[in-house]
Amino acid sequence: MVSVAEKLRGEGRHVKRRLSAIALDLALLAVALLWVGPYLWMVATSFKSLDELVRAPAWPIPSALRWDAYREVFAAIPVWRYTLNTVVMATLIGVVQAALALPAGYALAKLEFSGKRTAFLAVMACLIIPPQVTFVPVFTMLGPLGLVNTMAALVAPFAVSAMGTFLVRQALLAVPNEIIEAARLDGAGELTIVFRILAPLVRPTLAAMFLFSFVYHYSDYFWPLMMTTDDHVRTLPLAVALLREQGTGVRWHIVMAGNVVLSVPVLLVFVLAQRRILRAVTARVLS
Amino acid sequence: MSLKPARAYHPYAMLAPTLAVLVLFFLVPLGIAFRNSFFAWDLLTEPEPVGLGNYRALWASGELVAIASRTLGYSVVVVVASLALGLGLALALNREGRLYAFVRGAVFSAYVVSWVAVALLWLWLLDPQAGLVARVTKGLGFTPVDWLGNPSVVLFTLAGVTVWKITGYAMVIFLAGLQDVPRSVLEAAALDGAGPWQRFRRIVWPLLRPTATFVGTTGLILSFQAFDIVRVMTQGGPVRSSTIFVYAIYEQVFVNMRVGRASALTVVFFLLLVGLTGAQWFLWRKSSEGRVAT
Repeated sequence: MVSVAEKLRGEGRHVKRRLSAIALDLALLAVALLWVGPYLWMVATSFKSLDELVRAPAWPIPSALRWDAYREVFAAIPVWRYTLNTVVMATLIGVVQAALALPAGYALAKLEFSGKRTAFLAVMACLIIPPQVTFVPVFTMLGPLGLVNTMAALVAPFAVSAMGTFLVRQALLAVPNEIIEAARLDGAGELTIVFRILAPLVRPTLAAMFLFSFVYHYSDYFWPLMMTTDDHVRTLPLAVALLREQGTGVRWHIVMAGNVVLSVPVLLVFVLAQRRILRAVTARVLS
Repeated sequence: MSLKPARAYHPYAMLAPTLAVLVLFFLVPLGIAFRNSFFAWDLLTEPEPVGLGNYRALWASGELVAIASRTLGYSVVVVVASLALGLGLALALNREGRLYAFVRGAVFSAYVVSWVAVALLWLWLLDPQAGLVARVTKGLGFTPVDWLGNPSVVLFTLAGVTVWKITGYAMVIFLAGLQDVPRSVLEAAALDGAGPWQRFRRIVWPLLRPTATFVGTTGLILSFQAFDIVRVMTQGGPVRSSTIFVYAIYEQVFVNMRVGRASALTVVFFLLLVGLTGAQWFLWRKSSEGRVAT
């Protein structure tokens, strides 16, 4: 028979465990707030008026849903133009990278030729040369050619992704040779084989590659800052950063409105495609 | 087994565009950087050969050592903190349930937002007068810290913001690594009376070590290349206390117009990166070997 005291002790342990589970959940919620809180603060600030910001900057709720700050952002910078520039640049880079990585990856994975090892090593060597190392010489290279301040200066240096080429090669290694041999017997040319037959087979790799490239270059501040000095090819991150540099005193509602324009689309895409993005992130590491 | 190409020139034609871009925008620039580092050049007049002058000046003024140690200090703080936080969160969040999925998503979200957005957001939160952090500190009765204006604090502030941005990445990689830890082994250990710490120490950690090596070394190399956050939040200040490598290079070219000095810095920066990558390979192979042995 179980004594009353023992039963109570058992229940006490149970309650204790429940309580510590609840405490952990609350702690994790606090952690989430540490990340979500700043976004909410950014949005709240963007709806405030200058007057509110000066009088009670720490009050969380704006007195009304004011769009003034957004209007000022759209008046100060051609948001649509810059968004278009940014999207065109990021898309071009992503598409060209995939289009060049496919044939290169095919040659490196499947074809027999002399110099293959050297070519592969050259691709791998470029993995350790980041844009932070090449920007000064590339700037001095493109300057005299009149290519600074052009879309070409933003896209061409990223036309090849060494990592992407490597990943496509790895994916193609897993494709059986018989598929290629059968296609050749059917009279398919090599380009047809690469782009029509093999490309669909490695679509997950290509999709992950495009996604990464797009997100990276859409958000990139470094390269466009170095390669552009005037307005017409400027990208959105640059323009939003300039909102603050040009501002004097407390204009944080305008800067935060610009920040919302810059980051909320990305956050929305993330919320909608979270699973796929997480899978792409881990696949890239584990391959 | 490799296939014979249909025509002998095919493999070369397929590799040509890729190799051309790599040579033109990776290898040639590297060579130009080396060559330019032996010249004094202001982009306007003719470059003048100065031998090792640029390197000597960077060394003699103590600038090189200062930049390198600042960069390394910032990187080490970032790596240690993001590793510890990422691992802790991965362990706490490695389970089913909407709450945990939400927390995972919230922490990781900062990774997809641009550096500019993160830098501007924290610049506002840390504003010494009107920023939320200063207001709350004051409200609680403490003296607010001058997060970005105090030379001995600023690097830690930048490291903290960086950790905020990349911890989610570390967490996700650790979560993927945790999938390799067999649940049955953990349950058996628990039945044998192993406490949570022992289970972590003896079973989980040995299996996670290659993952931790990957996260740590990648984080080190990436934070070594930090720039955006410095440019937006501090412009290298106050009094150069947050001038880390890439910002120093940028400043030499676009502020001081000294291409030679910038190139010398670039060369040293590249050699350090090569060293770090070598260390990464070494550690990675060592930790994978350990894994096979256990």
